[in-house]
Amino acid sequence: MKELRLMKGNEAISEAAIRAGCDGYFGYPITPQSEILEYLMLEKPEERTGMIVLQAESELASINMVYAGAACGKRVMTSSSSPGISLMQEGISYMAGAELPGLVVNVVRGGPGLGTIQPSQSDYFQATKGGGHGDYHIITLAPSSVQEMADFVKLAFDLAFKYRNPALILSDGAIGQMMEKVEFDEHRPRFTDEEIRKNTPWATTGKTPDRERNIITSLDLDPARQEIHNIKLQAKYRKIEQDEVRFEKIACDDAEYVFVAYGTSARICQKAIQLAREKGIKVGLFRPITLYPFPKKEINELSKKVKGMLSVEMSAGQMVEDVLLAAERNIKIEHFGKMGGIIPSPAEVVEALEQKIIGG
Amino acid sequence: MEENIKKDNIRKEENIVYKKTKLMTDKVLSYCPGCGHGTIHRIIMEVVDEMGIQSETLGIAPVGCAVLAYEFMDIDMQEAAHGRAPAMATAMKRLMPEKYVFSYQGDGDLAAIGTAETIHACNRGENITMIFVNNGIYGMTGGQMAPTTLPGMKSSTSPYGRDIVTMGNPLKITELIAQLPGTYFVTRQAVHTPANVRKTKKAIRKAFENQKLKKGLSFVEVVSNCNSGWKMAPVQSNEWMVENMFPFYPLGDIKIEGELVK
Ligand SMILES: Cc1ncc(C[n+]2csc(CCOP(=O)(O)OP(=O)(O)O)c2C)c(N)n1
Ligand code: SF4
Ligand SMILES: [Mg+2]
Repeated sequence: MKELRLMKGNEAISEAAIRAGCDGYFGYPITPQSEILEYLMLEKPEERTGMIVLQAESELASINMVYAGAACGKRVMTSSSSPGISLMQEGISYMAGAELPGLVVNVVRGGPGLGTIQPSQSDYFQATKGGGHGDYHIITLAPSSVQEMADFVKLAFDLAFKYRNPALILSDGAIGQMMEKVEFDEHRPRFTDEEIRKNTPWATTGKTPDRERNIITSLDLDPARQEIHNIKLQAKYRKIEQDEVRFEKIACDDAEYVFVAYGTSARICQKAIQLAREKGIKVGLFRPITLYPFPKKEINELSKKVKGMLSVEMSAGQMVEDVLLAAERNIKIEHFGKMGGIIPSPAEVVEALEQKIIGG
Repeated sequence: MEENIKKDNIRKEENIVYKKTKLMTDKVLSYCPGCGHGTIHRIIMEVVDEMGIQSETLGIAPVGCAVLAYEFMDIDMQEAAHGRAPAMATAMKRLMPEKYVFSYQGDGDLAAIGTAETIHACNRGENITMIFVNNGIYGMTGGQMAPTTLPGMKSSTSPYGRDIVTMGNPLKITELIAQLPGTYFVTRQAVHTPANVRKTKKAIRKAFENQKLKKGLSFVEVVSNCNSGWKMAPVQSNEWMVENMFPFYPLGDIKIEGELVK
C-alpha cells in the first residue's frame, strides 16, 4: 500500500532507501544533509528490513565502505554535501573502474572550499564529467521535488545495477531541507543471497567449488588490456546515453523561448513561466532529469523551434556549456544564475530572459 | 644411476617434505626473490585451507607491493584504494557477518595514508582480521620513507637517514591500536625462520578463529624484510632486520583476549 507523508527532502531519501531494499548506508555528517543519517539512526532500519547504518569516520571511509558493499552485490549508499563529495572522488573513480553499482547522494552547497551551507548547483561539472581521475561517467539524476528525492533512490539503485555503474542523486540544500507531501511505495525486499549469486555473479560472496574466484579491482597493469577495459566502459556509457535520457517539458508546445533548468532552479523557472506569460512572453521549461546522460538530442530538436534558451543554474554557468554543445548555433543561448548560496527569484529570472535573450 | 635421478623417481611420496599450498594459485609471485610477502600469503592460505573456510573467506588486497595478492590467493578478493582496506572490511563484515573477512596491508597503506581507517576500525572493534606487513619502507614505489622507517635509516626520500626532528619518529601503530578497547588480539610476528613462520601461522589461525567469538578485532603485525628497498641481499636483509628492526619492534603478543600483555 502507498503511504502519504509530509517530510523534508533529506528524510525522504532515507525512508525511500529503507523501502527500496537498501542493504547498507555509510555516511558522515555535513550540512545541509545530516538529516539523512539522523533519520536512519532514529528509524532503526535494521529492525525493519535488516538494513545496516553506520556513521563512518570520514567520507573517505564512507565511499570505500560503499565500494566494498557493492562489490559483495549489496545495495549500498552514502550521502554528503559538496566538500564531502570532493573527498569521495577517488573512491567513486575506483567504483567506476571496477564497475560497481553504488548510490551516492550529493545535497549540494555553495563553494568553492568550505563555501557556504546554503543551496547551490555548482557541482554540475564534478557530477557529470566524471569528477575524479580517469575517463568515466556516473549516472546523475536531478530531483526537483521531495517526491523525486524519494522516487530517484529506487531508480538510481536500479540503473546502477543494470549498468554496473555508480549512480548519483544531485540535489541541493533547498530540496534537501524543504518539506512537501511525498507518497512512498511499499517496501521492496532486500536481495536474498540466492538473488545476489544469480543477478551479480561477479560479486565477492565467497569462492565456492562451482566457480572461479571473483576479484573486484580497477587495476590492470597491462596497457593493452587496460585500453580494452576503457573501450568497454565507453561502450557502456554510449548505451546509457542512448537508452536512459530522462527529462520533462513544461509549456514548450507554443514556446518561443525556453528555460533550461534542473532541481531548485527548475522550480523557480516554473513560477517564472507564469510571470512571463502574464506579460505575454511565450516561454516554456525544459528540465533535464538525467544530467548524465544529458538530453542532447531533445535540446537540439527544441532549439530548432525556439528563438532562444536561457540556462538557469545556481552557479557561474556550468550546464549552459552542455546546452551550447547540444543546441543549434543560430539561436541565442545564455546563462543566468546566482552564486554563493543565493536562489534567484522568479522575477529576476524573467528579467534575465528579457535582457539577455529577448532584448539581447 | 642415470635412471635414479629422473624426476619421477625423486617425486615419490616418501620423498615429499613440502607441497604447494592448495589455495595458492599457479600464478608466479610478483615479489622480489627473498621477500617476506610471499611467505605471509602462503601461511594465510594454509590457515584458510586447514580451517576449511575457502568459500566463507573474503580478502582485501592493499595498494603496495601486495596489490596483486588477489592473483595468488584462491579466494574471493577485493582490491582497495590506498589505505582504505579497514573501512572496506568493516562494510563487508557488517553486511555479511557470517563471512571471515581479512585485510592485508603494508606500513604506508595502514599507518600513513590509512591511519584514520585503521584506528577507527580497531576502535569500533570490527570483528575482522587485519594483517599488517611492516617492512619499514615503501616497497612498491621504490623505497621511500615509511611511517615505520627507523631513525637514521636511509631511504630514497631520507637519503641521509631518517632525521626524527624534521621527519618525525617511527610510528608504533600496533602498540597504539592495542590501547583501544575494540582490539581483542594484537600480536607482532616475523617470517624469517621456520620457527617464526610456525608462530606467525598460529597467530593468524587464532586471528581467524577469533572472528567466530565476535569479541573484536584481531591484528597481526608481521615485521618483514624488503631486500630491494633496503638495498641488501635477502640473507643480509634478514640479519639486518633481526639486529635493527626487532629491538624497535619487539616480537610477541601485545594483547590477548582483550588484555594487554604485561
Ligand atoms: C592515493 C595514492 N597515493 C599514493 C599512491 C602511490 N603508492 C603506491 S604503493 C605506495 C606505498 C606502499 O607502501 P607500503 O604500504 O609500505 O607497502 P609495501 O609496498 O612496502 O609492501 C604508494 C605511496 C597511490 N597508489 N595512491
Ligand atoms: S620491493 Fe620490497 S616489499 Fe616489494 S616485493 Fe620487493 S622486496 Fe618485497
Ligand atoms: Mg612497506
